[in-house]
Amino acid sequence: MAVSTDGGNAAANSAATKANKVITLRIQRQDTPGDDDKANRRWEEFSIPWKTGMNIISCLMAIQRNPVTADGKPTDAVVWESNCLEEVCGACTMIINGKVRQACSALVDRLEQPISIEPLSSFPVVRDLIVDRSRIFQAFKKVHAWVPVDGSYDLGPGPKMDESVRQKSYILSTCMACCACMEACPNFNEASPFIGPAAINQARLHNSHPTGAMHREDRLEALLGEGGIAYCGNDQNCVRVCPKGIPLTESIAEMNRQVNLYALKSLFTK
Amino acid sequence: MASPKVIVVGGGLAGLAATIKISELGGDVELFSIVPVRRSHSVCAQGGINAAVNTKGEGDSPEIHFDDTIYGGDFLANQTPVKDMCERGPGIVFLLDRMGVMFNRTPEGNLDFRRFGGTLHHRTAYAGATTGQQLLYALDEQVRRQEVEGKVTKYENWEFLSAVIDDDGVCRGIIAQDMRSMEIKAFRGDAVILATGGPGLIFGRSTNSMINTGTAASGVYQQGAFYANGEFIQVHPTAIPGEDKLRLMSESIRGEGGRVWTYKDGKPWYFLEEMYPAYGNLVPRDIATRAIFDICVRQKLGVDGQNQVYLDVSHLDPHMLEVKLGGVMDIYRKFVGDDPVKVPMRIFPAVHYSMGGLWTDFDEMTNIPGLFASGEVDYQYHGANRLGANSLLSCIHGGLYLAGPNAIEYAKNSAKSAGAVGEGVFQRELARQTDIYNQLVQAKGKENPYSLWLEMGAIMTDNVTVVRYNDRLRETDEVLQGLMERYKNVGVPDSSGWNNSSLFFTRQLWNMLVLARIVTLGALQRDESRGAHYKPDFPERDDERFLKTTLARFVGPTAAPELTYEEVDTQYIKPRPRRYDVAGASAGSEPAKQPTEGQQAAASIAGNGKVEDVMRAAGTPAAPSAQSTKKHR
Repeated sequence: MAVSTDGGNAAANSAATKANKVITLRIQRQDTPGDDDKANRRWEEFSIPWKTGMNIISCLMAIQRNPVTADGKPTDAVVWESNCLEEVCGACTMIINGKVRQACSALVDRLEQPISIEPLSSFPVVRDLIVDRSRIFQAFKKVHAWVPVDGSYDLGPGPKMDESVRQKSYILSTCMACCACMEACPNFNEASPFIGPAAINQARLHNSHPTGAMHREDRLEALLGEGGIAYCGNDQNCVRVCPKGIPLTESIAEMNRQVNLYALKSLFTK
Repeated sequence: MASPKVIVVGGGLAGLAATIKISELGGDVELFSIVPVRRSHSVCAQGGINAAVNTKGEGDSPEIHFDDTIYGGDFLANQTPVKDMCERGPGIVFLLDRMGVMFNRTPEGNLDFRRFGGTLHHRTAYAGATTGQQLLYALDEQVRRQEVEGKVTKYENWEFLSAVIDDDGVCRGIIAQDMRSMEIKAFRGDAVILATGGPGLIFGRSTNSMINTGTAASGVYQQGAFYANGEFIQVHPTAIPGEDKLRLMSESIRGEGGRVWTYKDGKPWYFLEEMYPAYGNLVPRDIATRAIFDICVRQKLGVDGQNQVYLDVSHLDPHMLEVKLGGVMDIYRKFVGDDPVKVPMRIFPAVHYSMGGLWTDFDEMTNIPGLFASGEVDYQYHGANRLGANSLLSCIHGGLYLAGPNAIEYAKNSAKSAGAVGEGVFQRELARQTDIYNQLVQAKGKENPYSLWLEMGAIMTDNVTVVRYNDRLRETDEVLQGLMERYKNVGVPDSSGWNNSSLFFTRQLWNMLVLARIVTLGALQRDESRGAHYKPDFPERDDERFLKTTLARFVGPTAAPELTYEEVDTQYIKPRPRRYDVAGASAGSEPAKQPTEGQQAAASIAGNGKVEDVMRAAGTPAAPSAQSTKKHR
């Protein structure tokens, strides 16, 4: 441990000094939320000493240690959201060089410079790179994204499951609510009621579970309602940006099928 | 009577499990978290969750799980809570399955189980290699359902600052701060549960998430809660070094057949398999870590002369790897750029987990009445070394069976509800926290908090991890005190009164420094080697002096913690020497209460404190001598 830390840093530092390499970042800043403040949006440029293996998070951390712009002006440290730093929590989603992605897995050596960093555009800005994504959790509520168990006491084993079915559902369940799919969707924005691809995928996941399927109609009702699946324009941007490779368009197609059958059935039974 | 109101702080597995149970029992929950709960650190757990379901006909049982856990923890854990946890393991995994966790299955459609460290049985249920994430999502979904039903109120993006303690020393609520608006507010609760996770960030970079500062635990410690076994820090053997964090490469990789090796005399050397024929690559983490450390640091046999060895799965079936380990394979591909299916991974140990934490009784209540602790923030289950895949179990067990129901029970039996407590008690603590906040708002000194943090992390990593020497521990404590002195001149690198992340971090930094001293001084005073705590100058386990829980008490902001020791509950399994080169040393498939003759003999030797070189027998035949390692400082 000891030697790794010291040795690693020392080696990287000396390499950086020798090469005198810097990373240039252009970051969009905004002090407070709200449309009124959009006039207050501005770009700031930073020069960060290069080290081996850096990602966007380590660049932002370097700014915290030395919050001075490239032209030498002291500024406030940039704020952003992050947590796991290994692309499983979804927190650090932002727009890097025009593409929506996680800052932790955005490795500097693979990015063209200057690197531009912006907050997501389809969600209200809180400050700098932080946006309010609570809407995705509201959407999860709307589609009843849970298996309604009888209680948390021990009732013995759950239902048996076919491993091949399980493998398909598992992929759906790796959604980390990062909101990249919603950001990329042309039909999703602050004014639109669309629940977005992630929530539709949650409905499919829970409808595929043996117990969850007993309550499938609750989810189908939600998808039929305001902001539901009809808002999807089949642009297929969502599946292209999903960092977890979730087959979102397949989920949307499957839920479309379930919703249509359900609507048809409702028509005849009402 | 109105339903009891319980405040849960932390939305990882322990906090969510407690929340689910409390609302099920009729309580109202206010759930506080510094991140949306679905982004909590539990998502980082990869390999699985232990439960002795015995689906492979191996004769596994909760008794053997209990013995493996106690033995793996080098006998430091109190045995009663561990026994309860192991017995409830199967029920907990079945519950998670019912909640919709996509656990891997057998061809018959049953839950599949795999091997993990420190056991010879297939005992670990898993969902790919993202098990923690999958379990967290299942609990998060149940809590969301309860939220819709009006039983749970979430305060996400709020930070816990302190407990509100009345004149009788009883916890009556909390002070928390909105991380957006910076509003500081008092909240009343009939009971409070801290489920705030571990303190990995006191080591700078670790496998932990950015929120794992231990700030809440440190806060209540400074209000009088005891902190137990702080010196027991787990260093995981296999992680990818990185600039911002050290990324875990799950133990399940070895569970599925991954092999650790390096070159020696030009040929691959599978050193763990050679040193520990019975357990091979699946020795407990403290032992694998010391072996890798020794081979790289002392023997200089790391790959390419660097501090790294190979973790190799390139001989395994690519389809199996994708189905069972896809999540971690992806992390390696994304962050390193190589494909582990084709090229051996390069790994090195990293700080991972704190066995120590807030002291609690067997009901998970701290010494402050009304204040509970559950999950990694408590100290209950893992002794001197945690077995892999036991942490997810301990989090859920604690929340579901202890902290949750006991908080409700406590609230119902309280003579006075929090609502009946005078406003003055809350105003007093609110004023104290507002004061601290106002000082930080005005802190314009020249010390940058993030730079101070790096310095703390470097010295802690150098001196208070795998190998510990008393002179260096003393030096570390002096450095920590120096950093506390410099903290007086700290400047928050952000002047905003809105969503000022740096201000939160600066306050956390002080609490981290306080915890770092507990860890360091606890290690200094424990002159023995046990589990993750290894001192070459004291290579043996010393049951006579140190088969005891360390208790740290706060006696003043700049004073060293007062350290005392408490007896360990060893009523079920008698301590015996710990070794992993042979299977017979563990109770193995023998019922725990009927040790073999050899074990009885061994146990009696240990009991007399005369066993020679327990530490080396426990698995460091190549343990570095004091002198030889010091050369490489």
